[in-house]
Amino acid sequence: MFRHFQALVVCALALLCASPAFAGELRQGGKLMLTSGVSTVEGSAGGGLATWALIAGNETDAGIGGSAHATIVALPDFDLKSVGGAIGLHNRVEFSYAHQSFDTRRAGATLGLGRNFTFGQDVFGAKLRVIGDAVYDQDRVLPQISIGVQYHRATKSAIIAAVGGKHAQGTDFLLSASKVVLARSLVLGATVRFTKANQFGLLGFGGDRSDAYHAEFEGSAGLLVSRRLLLGAEIRTKPDNLGFARERKAVDAFAAWQFERHLTVTAAYADLGSIATFKRQRGAFLSLQASF
Amino acid sequence: MVLLALALALQTTPPGEDPVDPYPHSNANAGATPFKGSAMLAAFHGRAGVDRIADDLVTRIVIDPRIADILKGQDEVRLRRLLKEQFCYILNGGCGYSGRTMREGHKNLGLQTADVGALVEDLQAAMRKEGVPFAAQNRFLAKLAPIKRDAVER
Ligand code: HEM
Repeated sequence: MFRHFQALVVCALALLCASPAFAGELRQGGKLMLTSGVSTVEGSAGGGLATWALIAGNETDAGIGGSAHATIVALPDFDLKSVGGAIGLHNRVEFSYAHQSFDTRRAGATLGLGRNFTFGQDVFGAKLRVIGDAVYDQDRVLPQISIGVQYHRATKSAIIAAVGGKHAQGTDFLLSASKVVLARSLVLGATVRFTKANQFGLLGFGGDRSDAYHAEFEGSAGLLVSRRLLLGAEIRTKPDNLGFARERKAVDAFAAWQFERHLTVTAAYADLGSIATFKRQRGAFLSLQASF
Repeated sequence: MVLLALALALQTTPPGEDPVDPYPHSNANAGATPFKGSAMLAAFHGRAGVDRIADDLVTRIVIDPRIADILKGQDEVRLRRLLKEQFCYILNGGCGYSGRTMREGHKNLGLQTADVGALVEDLQAAMRKEGVPFAAQNRFLAKLAPIKRDAVER
């Protein structure tokens, strides 16, 4: 699976070097506020949960940019933390990384894993903007379209196998479309993710119920309230591969506030549904992103 | 053809401006179609508001360190006049646009995407100062955004 990832990276770099912008002098910044998105828990540019076709960083076609994030989702029975970063090359290619840890707190003891048993995973991502400009193409219906790949490596393979998970590693393939509809002050995004992931990959990939790729949907819609503030909502559907616990969609309502050119804070009310038999995991999502 | 030649020959340089090579005149040179109705013009506080915004925009861009160099030695008087015409035309304020096309007007400036970003931010600041509601600002910017493709050097 890692081969797919490598193939995309090589193909992306080849495309990048062939573009004329690569020849000139590099230039810092230049993107308009909020038009590089915030960071998903997987490190890629997006909302908090849903991936967007936007490329991370404040750079334009003439530069290199990036972002770093720290996110916590505080749920009734669990804590999900994500830290990571992304590099954006010429607003064309994005490479991202995030480390997630999922603390089971007291639920860990109930599940027989031990108190504060913590699942984890590393996510390596690459994204290529294929066509369209979400911001400037206001006279066209065509959105910005990107393809992406994410290689996930979960840490607790023995537990994953014990709960019915088939693999501790997995590769997701993503197709994303994003559009800023300026005339309506809207930001819209849709992604199809081909994945086997259980709970984002923290509980591995594939399971006793299904070990096939599923096409899952990530949608987001936001309203630009000011040039610094975006209010919106997201939905992300997920496979339901494990027999021991139902898995359903995740939804959230968020506010992303770019209070300084290089800093954006995102606060959300997130409903991650049922996780490992613990129902109604609803709580606060808080993320800080620095971008350049 | 005769009429066009006549029109070109009749072009005079307004006071305070440098002469430019003759070019065909058309409102289409503005690079965007006007809004319908009068709501947008009202949101920009009429012709007077549009003029204030265009003036303030030019005042801002000539000192914006990101793009000031590009504007050095350029005909600021002409730019002010034509931005007022262009904005007024697009906002359906009853003006005609007498400038060059957006491609012609920016050729050889070597503009980059980041330059347009800087100008847009300066325009947002000017519209904010005038008190144009944010949603109306965005509707206007939606008209201007595609001009980027013509203004930026490829
Ligand atoms: C999409 C945004 C833009 C719009 C709507 C716009 C509009 C205009 C207009 C109406 C003119 C007059 C054309 C003429 O002289 O016949 C003009 C000229 C000019 N613009 Fe822009 N412009 C844009 C972006 C920019 C940017 C980003 C810069 C540089 C930072 C810039 C710099 C200039 C200069 C220097 C001239 C004068 C050129 C000359 O006199 O030869 N423009 N622009």
